[in-house]
Amino acid sequence: MAANNLDMKIAPIEGIDRISRSRSLVGGDRTFFGLTIFASLLLIATLLALIVLLVVGSWPNIQYSGFNFTTSANWNPNITQNHPHEEFGILPYIFGTVVTSTIALIFAVPLAIGAALFIAEYAPRWLATPVSFMVELLAAIPSIIYGFWGLAVLVPIMYNVDLKTGKVSGVDAFLHDVIGKVPVLGSLFSTPGNGRSLLTAGLILAIMVLPTIMSVSREIILTVPSLQKEGMLALGATKWETIRKAVLPYAGSGIIGAAVLGLGRALGETMAVTLVIGNSSTAITPNLLSSGYTMSSSIAQKFTEAGSDPLYVGAIVEIALVLLIMTAIINGLARLLVIFSTSSALRGTRA
Amino acid sequence: MEQARSRALDAGVSPRERARFAVRRTVNLVMAGLVGLAALIGVAVMLFILGYVLVQGWQALSPTFFSQSAQPLDFDAKGQPIAGSGGGVLMSILGSLLILGLAALISIPLGLLAGMYLSEYGHGKFAFLVRYVADVMTGIPSIVTGVFVWSLVVITTGHFSAWAGALALSIIMVPIITRTVEEILRLVPNALREASYALGVPQWRTIVKVVLPSAASGVITGIVLAVARAGGETAPLLLTVLGNEAINWNPSQPTDALPLRIYDYATQPYAVRIEQAWGASFILIMVILVFSLLTRIATKGKKVG
Repeated sequence: MAANNLDMKIAPIEGIDRISRSRSLVGGDRTFFGLTIFASLLLIATLLALIVLLVVGSWPNIQYSGFNFTTSANWNPNITQNHPHEEFGILPYIFGTVVTSTIALIFAVPLAIGAALFIAEYAPRWLATPVSFMVELLAAIPSIIYGFWGLAVLVPIMYNVDLKTGKVSGVDAFLHDVIGKVPVLGSLFSTPGNGRSLLTAGLILAIMVLPTIMSVSREIILTVPSLQKEGMLALGATKWETIRKAVLPYAGSGIIGAAVLGLGRALGETMAVTLVIGNSSTAITPNLLSSGYTMSSSIAQKFTEAGSDPLYVGAIVEIALVLLIMTAIINGLARLLVIFSTSSALRGTRA
Repeated sequence: MEQARSRALDAGVSPRERARFAVRRTVNLVMAGLVGLAALIGVAVMLFILGYVLVQGWQALSPTFFSQSAQPLDFDAKGQPIAGSGGGVLMSILGSLLILGLAALISIPLGLLAGMYLSEYGHGKFAFLVRYVADVMTGIPSIVTGVFVWSLVVITTGHFSAWAGALALSIIMVPIITRTVEEILRLVPNALREASYALGVPQWRTIVKVVLPSAASGVITGIVLAVARAGGETAPLLLTVLGNEAINWNPSQPTDALPLRIYDYATQPYAVRIEQAWGASFILIMVILVFSLLTRIATKGKKVG
């Protein structure tokens, strides 16, 4: 085409040429834009499909079990003489999820805030960077390896029996002996089990959520304007007083947001918990040393049993649905808190 | 001089106030100690777990561990498993690669396109929605994704498959890649785009030929990290791939995978299997750590654009 136009060196041809070229380019732009829109729509469609299919999949059981699903403690998926009807009640699994996540937060939050303060406020730069990197490395370790490590290392620390003398030692026995007789508090450690327990699962979860809470808290603490800290220091406050009165109140809601974000991670964690929680008892007791289930570990344990029983499949899918709803609420709350905190921090620096 | 300073400070200070100063100083020191202790515990726990896995796993490695697939244990006359029997993890590694490869084929183009949409075109309400959806999806527990694909693919087709596993991993990877790509492309200075427009280059060619290459290292880092994260995922694979003694190169059949092999062996009563589980953990954690560290080093100090 260019060859044909060679001897027609007049302006309009060049103009037409340019217009036609640019039109094809606009076409390219349109196609590319369409592709990116398509990918974005697919992302939204995936989330919608996930929600819709979880609801549709659990529908047989929603109709069958109704609200008993979340309020009943009876899980009898097989029809036997004693249980003429299938029963699906996941209250013990919800209980296990809540208890293990709470234990995880109780241990992880103070450690995470401490480590975040150390990195952001105390440590010199040459120390802060590697410490921060090493704690964050915890987030790179896969969940299955936490579970295996917990099973091989943490469970024997919690419960150890000497094969010759039959003497039981370990943290579980220690807690039972020392705190077991205290009223109220003792009921948490009333009966030691075999080391695979809600407490062990909570401890593993604490290690796993530590990097999440630590790095978000550190970012929030770094947004505290230094003028505010310098003001406190200039008035003669000690370092700790500055942190307690000027840093922590300022970063407070953001740190709570970080903790809730960690909670969101802990709620859905599966493999690590499955390996150390025991998956045997469905009793709801305050005893943290007993084994139990969480919602996610019950899915991992039971999905192969469901086979082609649509009701059982529905029950498994509904556990996932309830878990999704719980984490969605928790994550939404966390995001609001972090957004609120960082935006108020931004307003602070401008003021 | 120190004495002179404290004498000057003490001048006109009552004993009660001096006691209060002492308390404040002590509290300050104690809290500094506690804060340092918290950081120390965090680092110590990390080193303990990582060190334990690496030391135990290193002892389990042998040439046959890499060259054989998983096999049944051989037992001696006493009914004890013979050390060194039971094969290796070759097929688990290949199975993981197959699933991850398929997942990468699905998720990298989609993640890149959605990320480019958000950074280059996304200003309005639709972009806000896409961003929000991606954030929500990164917060979904991986077991829920697993159940979704299980009920969508496994229950309806009647069997577990590598495709189902790849689909589950893609659902985890796409939102991560989308958000990383968006954040990194946003760092590319507008001057580059404008210079390209000024030369008459259309927007899509500007994005593909100018914006994307100048942010290449960051984009690759984001993708590698997403793949590394998906490589360690176990729960969704359990529900979709299930595991198999050998690899199946046919993606519509169940296949073996490294995390599933660890899960299987970790709960077995034989020391030989436990040792193999440590070996498999070693391989998994080394691959993930090496990739994380390499990408971190590769991008260190480099400003995008």
